[in-house]
Amino acid sequence: MDLVAINLIDGLFYGLLLFMLSAGLTLIFSMMGILNFAHASFYMLGAYFAYQISLYLGFWAGLLIAPPLVGVLGALIERYGLRRVHQFGHVPELVFTFGLAWLIEEVVKFIWGNNMMAYQEPEILKFALFHIGSNSIQAYKVFMIFTSMAIFIGLLFILTRTRIGLIIQAALSYPKTVEALGHNVPLIFMGVFGVGTALAGVAGVLAGPSLGTFPGMAVVLGSIVFVTIVIGGLGSLWGALIASLLIGWMTTAAASSSFQFATLLEFFGMTPPADLDESYLRDLWTLSLPQIGPILPYIFMILILVLRPYGLFGKRDA
Amino acid sequence: MTGIPDSSSAVSPANGNALRSSLPWIVAVVVLLVLPQVFQANSAITILNQMMITIIFALSYNMLLGQGGMLSFGHAVYMGVGGFFCMHVMNLVEANELPIWLHVLPIFGGLFSLGLATIVGSFSTRKAGTVFAMISLGIGELVAACSLIIIVFFGGEEGISGDRTYFKPFFGVKFLQQNEVYYLIAFWTIVSALLMYLFSRTPVGRMANAVRDNPERAEFLGYSARWVRYFSFCGAGFFAGIAGALVAINFEILTETDLNLGKSGMILLITFLGGTGFFFGPIIGAIVFTLLQSVLSLQTELWQLYVGALFVATVMFFPGGLAGLLMMHQPAMRLGNLGLLVVPYVNTLIPAAIGALGLAGLMEMLFHVRHAAVGDIEMRLFWITFDSHTILPWVIAIATMITGFWLAYRNAPKLRE
Amino acid sequence: MRNTIGLAVSAVLALSLGTTAAFAETIKIAYIEPLSGPFATNGNTGLAEWQYAAERLVNEKGGVLDGMKFEIVPFDNKLDSKEALIALQVAIDQGIHYFAHGLSSGIGHALTAAVTKNNARNPENRILYLNYSAEDPALVNDACSFWHFRWDADVDIRLDAITDAIAQQQDIKKVFLINQDYSFGKAIVAAAERGLAAKRPDIEIVGNELHPIGKVKDFTPYGRKIVASGAQAVITGNWGPDMIGVGKSAIDAGYDGPIYTISAASLGITRTFGAAGKDKIHVVSEGHLNPPASERAKEYTAGFEAKYPDYDIIQPRIANAVEMLARAIEEVGSAEDVVSVAYKLEGMEHDSIWGGKVYIRPDNHQAIQDIHDQVHTDEGITFPLDNSEYGTISRNVIKMASMDAPTTCKMERPERP
Repeated sequence: MDLVAINLIDGLFYGLLLFMLSAGLTLIFSMMGILNFAHASFYMLGAYFAYQISLYLGFWAGLLIAPPLVGVLGALIERYGLRRVHQFGHVPELVFTFGLAWLIEEVVKFIWGNNMMAYQEPEILKFALFHIGSNSIQAYKVFMIFTSMAIFIGLLFILTRTRIGLIIQAALSYPKTVEALGHNVPLIFMGVFGVGTALAGVAGVLAGPSLGTFPGMAVVLGSIVFVTIVIGGLGSLWGALIASLLIGWMTTAAASSSFQFATLLEFFGMTPPADLDESYLRDLWTLSLPQIGPILPYIFMILILVLRPYGLFGKRDA
Repeated sequence: MTGIPDSSSAVSPANGNALRSSLPWIVAVVVLLVLPQVFQANSAITILNQMMITIIFALSYNMLLGQGGMLSFGHAVYMGVGGFFCMHVMNLVEANELPIWLHVLPIFGGLFSLGLATIVGSFSTRKAGTVFAMISLGIGELVAACSLIIIVFFGGEEGISGDRTYFKPFFGVKFLQQNEVYYLIAFWTIVSALLMYLFSRTPVGRMANAVRDNPERAEFLGYSARWVRYFSFCGAGFFAGIAGALVAINFEILTETDLNLGKSGMILLITFLGGTGFFFGPIIGAIVFTLLQSVLSLQTELWQLYVGALFVATVMFFPGGLAGLLMMHQPAMRLGNLGLLVVPYVNTLIPAAIGALGLAGLMEMLFHVRHAAVGDIEMRLFWITFDSHTILPWVIAIATMITGFWLAYRNAPKLRE
Repeated sequence: MRNTIGLAVSAVLALSLGTTAAFAETIKIAYIEPLSGPFATNGNTGLAEWQYAAERLVNEKGGVLDGMKFEIVPFDNKLDSKEALIALQVAIDQGIHYFAHGLSSGIGHALTAAVTKNNARNPENRILYLNYSAEDPALVNDACSFWHFRWDADVDIRLDAITDAIAQQQDIKKVFLINQDYSFGKAIVAAAERGLAAKRPDIEIVGNELHPIGKVKDFTPYGRKIVASGAQAVITGNWGPDMIGVGKSAIDAGYDGPIYTISAASLGITRTFGAAGKDKIHVVSEGHLNPPASERAKEYTAGFEAKYPDYDIIQPRIANAVEMLARAIEEVGSAEDVVSVAYKLEGMEHDSIWGGKVYIRPDNHQAIQDIHDQVHTDEGITFPLDNSEYGTISRNVIKMASMDAPTTCKMERPERP
């Protein structure tokens, strides 16, 4: 029972982290209709910027300064890169973000090198807040969970309750009309792209200390973020939230389980082969659920796409 | 191997035209026959082999992306799986002394990948666009992960290795040497490229273009967009399997790196770099990329940075890729005033190249200063040896970079005219 | 047809790779490792160690065979088996007779197979494999080769030492194994289970986790499992980010016992663990920097740190490999007679710079040497790692570990010249 409670908290932590990334990505998708492959790279940049700032000014300054920096960089890339490629069509656009992800990783390696950075949590959050059983829950994780929840509520509020939010929503669906009403739609797009990447930057600043700050961190998380928004339904903020939490809990549960596939095979009336090395199914007999935990989201995504191509909460056909 | 764009020579019944369209193929065959006579070093031949394999793989990828409009993030799966199957065939031949020639091995690889493609394609090609792309990504991740788990077939991270010399000798050739393998791969490169070219001329190939550009209209004409996509997908899978079989023959080993997402991304990059709009685009891409990879990586540790920058620049400035760039000159060539372009080219491209070299020099010097051993201040760049800790080379590099780019920037508008 | 020109140019470049002077006054050792990509730092650190060892231990003493110097020739294998094979081919073409490799046992297997094939197919261009890090036990058992020598202690030897250390602590009753899901991780599990069952049958293995390599984003659930299982010792072979993930999540979740590792030192790991890992992280390997084994070792390490402040000596065995190769070449009287050099290395006994002896087993070419149980700490450290205050210090040593371990190696030997 204790372990279940702990796993729920850990899954929430990971799910909300995914959500901060997928929220920005899904906003950008509903705006420009493209999947930004470099999104996780901005997450990485957030972590590295914050690390560099924290060396001089401490963790909190990094948390405040790094995301806007990432956002500005994202906006600039939208203005001078993506907008230019946009005229060539969707595939070049996608390929552009793909190349951008490659380039950002190489630049990060050039500047900071290949090694893991010693980016640490702030000292005042480095203690066990409470215990469940013998397991301790770090204060930093709780802080992260609350921060990301606050961001989600703030985002929802801005999008649905403020004038800017209404204009953005209108611009997403009817850009021509909004432009005719005198609003600067390209500027709105640039702004949304900037905010989306800044959100990814926040995720990077927060996740850097606990998940590690290294050049591969974007690749590790990159494709799973797509999976999240595809499962949730492209362009749906709520879908992104639900899918993030689902994936968070799913991978945590898989990693903490000790289910053996041999049990399943025996359930179907098969008997373990006498000599395992000779059997063609030997890999299945020795397989356990944690071994395939990280690929479960992909299986889930393929199933969703085959059965319901627009995702859980998607409204339109992608 | 051919300079024929996708769009021209739709109808060419005349004999003269037939000769014209077969000329590039004949030239290609001759060049492929002569190359190993010119370059006899084993390593050069190994690189040529790799280049030809990449050509087949890139062409097969372009059947999806360029001709069918399907963006795949998991095409390496079909190459890898075909190759793994061939390694097992190779080991079976060794164990049972089967009387099979090595030459037919690619057919096994192609058919096996075709089998996988028919299964995956049955659900992934129902929709194009994002759905197809994401399913391909999912399958790619899945198979790559499985390749480390299902050791019976994929051999874990060690991969599966074998020995090609146990096949039945082909008129005394036992494939001990690299150049014997070279001719086998060259043969399959020509055959596959020709078949893929002919495929693009068949009604299915033509309809693939139509479905890419306007699926709705194609449906109204009575074609099932889904079936057309399905056929292209299966065809692409088949040829990827042939490429995989050639990998098996050339390297005698297959590992997880042959089918993971990195490889799939690489082939997307190669194809796009070469240009997706023309049949010969991926060929150029494969040649240029293999060279960059093998030659540049011997010269500098930063080669991936340069390739990344080159790629982003290509997408931004030449979305048609290198082939598109070449074909832009076709009208001018036909009008016979290609000569007029020389001066603006010289004015723009040479400063741009100098600027790029200046920038690269700067990066290399930065890298050297930060990573070289203490006291090791000498460095060699562009055949010049100098001290990277003095000011002068930095000034020179920055100056060349700025002047180069500035001149290129100033002259670029003239080029457009 | 422009692409044909491209092909020709490319081949010229490819040729230039293969034709560098075969006649030189140096003895070349090819160094085939990732010098670009995610593992470039590992490759570059090893390169610095090899160059330093060759310079310091051979060249400064006047070289071998009346003044022949060692020269390390780096090749980038991009951590890919195929690229490694191409690099090997280029090295052979350049007339190189020795190559060093260590990162990734998967590539190690590919290279061993390729070397065995090459040395059988091209007897005049034979090459010797100096393995300083690929630790798969299979390389000196089922997959062994006459042309392969390993100076590193492999998984079986290291785990023998780890299980010894655990067996001596009578209060440890529960052990947790967590490893990456591939041959290396599985080899660790097998060796750990075997060792614990033989030495302390009362110890219970309370957890045995294999996780996909490089795919786990959040290790927290594993940390929870370790704590929940009540484990008193953890054994892991993880490296890179996976190592930090396991260590950090276990410590964060409240685990307080020792974590026995193979490679949790330097490359950012020591710095990242810092105070949190003090006295918890154990690194079990041959050779040790702290406390310095002798005045000579101290000088050698200090010299390296002064020359390469950003790198650490993480593979002390490289010094042994260089010294022993130099001795063998000197005793044979020729660097080109690879077969004789190999026979000379077999059974060679050598006084290591790191203290103790190194002995190469003739039956499987594995080096037998002292194994140290080192602890991550900031006390009594002469040579810290990662430019931090922390380093590893030897707390316990096992003399000539696994001297008489059984082997299944059956190597084909060439005729003794």
